[in-house]
Amino acid sequence: MRAPLSWLREYVELPAEVTGRDVAAALTAAGLEVETVERTGGGLTGPLVVGHVLAIEELTEFKKPIRYCQVDVGDANGTGEPQNIICGARNFSVGDKVVVILPGGELPGGFTISSRKTYGKVSEGMICSASELGTSDDHDGIIVLPPEYEPGTDAVELLELVDEILDISVNPDRGYCLSLRGLARETAIAFDLPLRDPALLDVPVPNGDGYPVEVADRAACDRFVARTVTGVRPDADSPVWLRRRLEKAGMRSISPAVDITNYVMLELGQPLHAYDRARLEGPVGVRRAQAGEKLTTLDGVRRTLHPEDLVITDGRGPIGLAGVMGGAETEIIAADAAAEGAGATTDIVIEAAHFAPRDIARTARRHKLSSEASRRFERGVDPEAAAAAAQRAVDLLVLLCGGTADPGVTHVSSVATPRTVLMPATHPGRVAGVDYDRETVVRRLQSIGCDVYGSDELTVTVPTWRSDLQAPNDLAEEVIRLEGYAHLPSTLPRPPAGRGLTETQRLRRRTGRALAGAGYVEAPSYPFISARSLTDLGIPEGDPRLRTMTLANPLSDQEPELRTTLLPGLLATLRRNDRRGSHDLALFESGTVFLPTGEEPAPVRPGVAARPSDEELARLDASLPHQPRHVAVALAGDRAAAGWWGAGRPADWADAVQAARLVAAQVSTELEIVSAQHAPFHPGRCAALYVTVEGERVLAGHAGELHPRVVKALSLPERSCAMELDLDLVESAGAGPLRAPRVSAFPVATQDLALVVDRSVPAAAVERVLRDATGELLESLELFDVYTGEQIEAGRKSLAYTLRLRAADRTLTAEEVTAARGAAVTAAAEELGAALRGA
Amino acid sequence: MSAPNKSYDPVEVEALKAEVIDRAREDALAAIAAADSLDALREVKAAHSGDRSPLALANREIGALPPKARAESGKRVGQARGAVSKALAARQEQLEEERDERVLVEEAVDVSLPYDRVRPGARHPLTTLMDRIEDIFTAMGYEVAEGPELEADWFNFDALNIGPDHPARTTQDTFFVRPPGGGEVGPDDAGLVLRTHTSPVQIRSLLDREPPVYVVCPGRVFRTDELDATHTPVFHQVELLAVDEGLTMADLKGTLDHMVRSLFGEGMETRLRPDHFPFTEPSAEMDMVCYVCRGASVGNPDRPCRTCSSEGWIELGGCGMVNPRVLTACGVDPERYSGFAFGFGIERLLMFRHNVEDMRDMVEGDVRFTRPFGMEI
Repeated sequence: MRAPLSWLREYVELPAEVTGRDVAAALTAAGLEVETVERTGGGLTGPLVVGHVLAIEELTEFKKPIRYCQVDVGDANGTGEPQNIICGARNFSVGDKVVVILPGGELPGGFTISSRKTYGKVSEGMICSASELGTSDDHDGIIVLPPEYEPGTDAVELLELVDEILDISVNPDRGYCLSLRGLARETAIAFDLPLRDPALLDVPVPNGDGYPVEVADRAACDRFVARTVTGVRPDADSPVWLRRRLEKAGMRSISPAVDITNYVMLELGQPLHAYDRARLEGPVGVRRAQAGEKLTTLDGVRRTLHPEDLVITDGRGPIGLAGVMGGAETEIIAADAAAEGAGATTDIVIEAAHFAPRDIARTARRHKLSSEASRRFERGVDPEAAAAAAQRAVDLLVLLCGGTADPGVTHVSSVATPRTVLMPATHPGRVAGVDYDRETVVRRLQSIGCDVYGSDELTVTVPTWRSDLQAPNDLAEEVIRLEGYAHLPSTLPRPPAGRGLTETQRLRRRTGRALAGAGYVEAPSYPFISARSLTDLGIPEGDPRLRTMTLANPLSDQEPELRTTLLPGLLATLRRNDRRGSHDLALFESGTVFLPTGEEPAPVRPGVAARPSDEELARLDASLPHQPRHVAVALAGDRAAAGWWGAGRPADWADAVQAARLVAAQVSTELEIVSAQHAPFHPGRCAALYVTVEGERVLAGHAGELHPRVVKALSLPERSCAMELDLDLVESAGAGPLRAPRVSAFPVATQDLALVVDRSVPAAAVERVLRDATGELLESLELFDVYTGEQIEAGRKSLAYTLRLRAADRTLTAEEVTAARGAAVTAAAEELGAALRGA
Repeated sequence: MSAPNKSYDPVEVEALKAEVIDRAREDALAAIAAADSLDALREVKAAHSGDRSPLALANREIGALPPKARAESGKRVGQARGAVSKALAARQEQLEEERDERVLVEEAVDVSLPYDRVRPGARHPLTTLMDRIEDIFTAMGYEVAEGPELEADWFNFDALNIGPDHPARTTQDTFFVRPPGGGEVGPDDAGLVLRTHTSPVQIRSLLDREPPVYVVCPGRVFRTDELDATHTPVFHQVELLAVDEGLTMADLKGTLDHMVRSLFGEGMETRLRPDHFPFTEPSAEMDMVCYVCRGASVGNPDRPCRTCSSEGWIELGGCGMVNPRVLTACGVDPERYSGFAFGFGIERLLMFRHNVEDMRDMVEGDVRFTRPFGMEI
């Protein structure tokens, strides 16, 4: 809402020294966010006066036509003689009233005016355009004023050229501030000055002679005032002051009748509509639209109406979307737009109605049509201002357009009882944490227009323009904001002793730290993906990862799905980094994925008057898809960099698997790692990662090198690797608090052992057998060599281990060591067909 | 070698003449001093203190002297041998030291060589900044509460006093999710949304716990803004909720002051301005003193501040006293309990705490941006 300071001053007698910035600061402190204070006419100094063009001599000897004008400026030049002025613009004629700046004056931008010789004549001043005066960017030529102004009149004042305009962002609860009336009220309170309420007008008593109105839906339309003005001069122009005010408020001047309705809306906050009475057929009605009805609104759009839309009708059907926008058929026709068959409007019916915010909001949303009117009705309009607004419009039509007020006054009204709120006088103080005395509370409430009765328990009748004040806390806010949020003390509550983070939260941090410590950089990505990105990963049909949730209104039509895996986002980040020249990459992400079963029931909408039932809450939760937290890594380039020290080591599948082990270690659990074939991984270099949850083996994720086809499809660096793990699942496999190892001080016995097994036997299996066979004497086991080659028969491989054997309570004898080693070899031979190498 | 002299005859033994011994001693010491390497010293040692050295030979002749003379000669020889072996040891030590020094010099390296073979990783600064904020509040006794990102609109809107027709429901720029069966979601249909704030976690916290409730709710939230230098459709919020008996706006203000001091240092404070949110009443916008200029740029054109546009204050987020309707919807008695809540965006906080100029840097996952932030912030 744009509010010119000059207009505000009409209702609040602010001291002359108060500036727009002062008002902005006061309004901001009271809860109105003033976004900008714009100065107009800065740098403009007179004499700037009204001039009457007496004669024009066309000078044709120059490249462009030039006019040499004699302009009567009254006594403004001190002589009373006409000024001779050269002018290049052509949009005026002899007899027009124009704006003239005389020598000695200065235009915005530091352009000083003096008498000077130009085009062979002496020019004593300048005839001004709007852009030269800094009031508009309109370059359409010089300003032609209505004829009624006397030559020599000060135009700076006439055009209200020097002003400050406050641009205020009005919150949805303060609909009354979408009017000068409301803003003036807040200004008056902030400066502790009286308000001249522009809605306090004498209005005639309703009678039966007004334009007939039939309201079918009284709940949606509790007020409808109709007034008629006849004999409006079609050739009337909006006066300069009216046009200037609309301009400053950010609206364009259209025609006197439209300008007047807009002006009254800005002034009082009541949206009005003007109908051409000649084009109305029969009584005006208010009802719901019927299915299939159509209406062409003023913006020229033909709209199909919804049965819930509230419409204004006449004998033919809908002629307007109530409270949102009028229809084209009954639109006022200005003189310059009059055509054959539809003459300029002379008789006008003014509508000042009040509609339910909800209906207007829905219609506006349904038709994606937000208008000045709908914005106000949605946020609450003062129903008691309707009659005054209609009267104000009638007065202005009579005054400015030569119309005659018709004595008929239609006033359809449902009796509304004013809203009262009961509140203990101590309540605002209890909310604020400040002791406000009763007198302060009452005074503040009265200042915003409330009637207050009672001593300890207050009965507060809220003003009709404050539909937002419904509960004691609403009133408390009014008191506290007017007393000043700035004066609130600063105290600290005392929460009960806390327990810090949960195990889950700690795990998440630990996982991040562990991966970062291992060289991974965290790179969270958006959860939006395309279906294409899943097929690019080679995910086969039927895979649950293809079962996605879809956004109804995605930012990009390309990415409407919610991710079921972190990999599309993380791999895109990998590619982005690679393209930007970082080639050795280790990234990780920890985030939510969305895994619908497709069987989720639709959510319910419990009421809000009480806690929903447990059943309702359960149904709400059941409507949500499973949203586990996953952790993923992506690798490319060198894991250990090349440098002056020598060659680097490329990241490979083993790094990806190791990242998974690292995550599992954060909950002191181990993964079972089994080779697998799973998109998007290389079929020979993919590990399935299992955890054990309550005795059951559960698949928790995969790791490995990406499939070459995937690498190609996603334009990733060759041999990129990745891992993805369900972190929630890993957590549930956690072993609980670690059991400390027993550290033996007896000597260690070391045994090396090379076993030859079939290539298909996983190292993990060999290790498990060795561990089982050596039992508790085994302190540690290390695989130090894997060999395949000519010294081994084809299809076999050699795995060389170091076993460290130690007892907790004694030095092992040679016999014990040999026995343990023998048991290991025997078990490996029996269970895995292993042969001792070199044996 | 002379035979033992038992007759006490005064026999002259050439090798034990005082001048001979003294000369042998001088020769030895000179040779030791002249030895310029450990190898040379080893030869000198053999020549002058070995078994065949003059002093060793002299020592063996002592028995040839008459008993009276033995003591004197023995003493002279002994002293000479002592001096030689001491000199040898000293020279040995000295030469070893010199050798060691030389070797260590030869082994010197350029310690300025880079050695980032495995470059350190990093957590994302948004993650670590949220951690830090969580830590401030857990230290005060708050719990960290979480909830789903895809949320039923009852939690995201209705329970927060944002009814189906509330204007905020359209201005919040919500991502709606298509129902599983397809089709559109009408204005009256209950549906699922990507949460537009972490406030639904507040609702869940109130439903899950008996008051007093003190929770801090960090998380990702979603709004339909295109990514540009100052907007992102996916961003992070931390919200806080306290519900207890007798909580006031002064408590809210004190908690905010505590937070900004914890994050930005002593001397920081907050300012509340009246505002409107459906879920709080009274509501306020919270500003903090500009972290960079501390207000010094206000009205001071010589010291303009880009961080706060020379306004001295930075807008942090919204706050207020929990609307009693919200308490009611969660089954908390508003007659007995009151509460306060606030919420703010982590991206903004990171932007001015760490001078990040472009939102995209926080979103795109470029390792060059993230790596310097390390493990903590």
